[in-house]
Amino acid sequence: MLTIALSKGRIYQETLPLLADAGIVPLEDPDKSRKLILATNQPGVQLLVVRATDVPTYVEYGAADLGVAGRDVLIEYGAEGFYEPLDLNIACCRMMTAGKVGVAFPARRLRVATKYVAIAQRYFADLGVQAEIIKLYGSMELAPLVGLADCIVDLVDTGNTLRANGLEPRDLIMPISSRLIVNKAAMKMKHAAVKALVGQLAAAVASRSPAEYP
Amino acid sequence: METAQRDRWLLPEGVEEVLPPEARQLERLRRRLLDLFQTWGYQLVIPPFIDYLDSLLTGTGRALDLQTFKVTDQLTGRMLGIRADMTPQVARLDAHHLKREAPTRLCYIDTVLLTRGDHLEKSRSPIQVGAELYGHQGSASDVEIIRLMLEVLAQAGVLDVHLDLGHVAIYRELVRLAGLTPDQEAALFEVLQRKAAMELNELLECAGVAEPMRSMLLGLPDLNGGAETLPRAREILAPAGAVVDAALCELATVLEQLRTRFPALPIHVDLAELRGYHYQTGIVFAAFLPGCGKEIARGGRYDEIGKVFGRARPATGFSADLKMLAQRGAQEETTQETVIFAPDSNDPALWETIRDLRADGKTVIEALPGQAGDAADLGCTQALEKTTAGWRSVPLARSLN
Repeated sequence: MLTIALSKGRIYQETLPLLADAGIVPLEDPDKSRKLILATNQPGVQLLVVRATDVPTYVEYGAADLGVAGRDVLIEYGAEGFYEPLDLNIACCRMMTAGKVGVAFPARRLRVATKYVAIAQRYFADLGVQAEIIKLYGSMELAPLVGLADCIVDLVDTGNTLRANGLEPRDLIMPISSRLIVNKAAMKMKHAAVKALVGQLAAAVASRSPAEYP
Repeated sequence: METAQRDRWLLPEGVEEVLPPEARQLERLRRRLLDLFQTWGYQLVIPPFIDYLDSLLTGTGRALDLQTFKVTDQLTGRMLGIRADMTPQVARLDAHHLKREAPTRLCYIDTVLLTRGDHLEKSRSPIQVGAELYGHQGSASDVEIIRLMLEVLAQAGVLDVHLDLGHVAIYRELVRLAGLTPDQEAALFEVLQRKAAMELNELLECAGVAEPMRSMLLGLPDLNGGAETLPRAREILAPAGAVVDAALCELATVLEQLRTRFPALPIHVDLAELRGYHYQTGIVFAAFLPGCGKEIARGGRYDEIGKVFGRARPATGFSADLKMLAQRGAQEETTQETVIFAPDSNDPALWETIRDLRADGKTVIEALPGQAGDAADLGCTQALEKTTAGWRSVPLARSLN
């Protein structure tokens, strides 16, 4: 039995066509069903529907053999507890810094509001900038407006939310896309099944046009 | 921070106490493993719980440094460490104190302490059990250690073991040939641990690694699988030369011998597996179980550690956490043990009966005057009763309900 952990929403929607290419089709729609374990047309494959940030945990502990998670989630989770053999080129967006339109970052110690603490710390350290990171769980755009921070680090898709709040994107930190992750023990113990699926998904990814980052 | 009165019972995170039934199981397993080691000629050593930091961390890399609790020695002002891994201590014992020429076989079982614990197993105070074989270079000693590890797992009742085999010399040699800087090497190591093929590609690009090194390093994350992996590796890694070729031959020999001895054992080969890379030098291996995200036992060859203690000696060994073994092992059938209740009495005949029963290995619990609860509350199955023929042990009447 292979168990694949996925999060609802964009990742789920964009992973389905890839799974379908590999011959895996879920028998239920998670938006309509309340079930958290979804059977598929293949008796040996089931899907788990979990929160995006929980996907690495399920896979690392082996509760799921495989999972799909954004690069942002993987870096924040920060463990070397699983393999990342394949970039699926889906759910693409950019991790960027952003600030108030026309306002330069101050010369004093920079205050950065973000949900992505590890990524922000690494980025500013690499620039040689000492930054004070303020962890928020959402609505980062608010922080510069109310003077909580000079700068935010956030995922940018279309940039509409930034503009609507008088902010502008500044520097690209890294492009983000979703990756297939594999439990280490599963890779060793269910080697044939896992490798076959990774191969099928790799072919499905390759057959599509290269990633387009918004 | 003052602990709230009501939380005084609370233990530090990752530190656990073992309660009666489990503690008994654990101790039984500990004795069984010590007996097993004895029959294989592995002699028990007891290295100190606390040691000079420099000697604890010799040649072991940064990961172990961060895992080690440190205190200042009030006598000398030097830093002491509470061991997080006993392997370097045992290596020092062999290199510095025993100074034998013949192969030396040592084993150990004791508590180690970790500052951060393992990411998956939250325990910070595992009981490390392991065996080390010094003074023999070659696959025969690797195979002996792997066989002993499998025997330990079998004795612990751990079923359905999968063995993972690798060889760190292959990676070491490729890195040397590619001429990477330490920073680049660290990044490469991190990427390989995740088998992140696309990042590997970018990394090699940035580092300007040319062919044929590039293709060989790019091939590494995919060089895993069954026995068919080795011929594939020979092909892909052919340009790497003699060192890699010798490592592949060694791996093939070990694999062949294990397959002959354990035809039913699933063996997985992974050339990008660099577990314990910082001090391992040759064959590395680990045992995995279904439904368990992390290996249950691991080990490998480390020929360099003895050198810093005055004598380079070939070395190979394995270790595991006794608590994990007990937890994952099939619980043996604990037949209802006989526990005998003895009334509170000053009859010398009773004293003698109790002494004889205990000498015979029976458990006898003596009543205390005015105690709360009866024989059943103490878990007794029998009670001593005075008959005309003296004190006799009779089954306890089952409770009435």
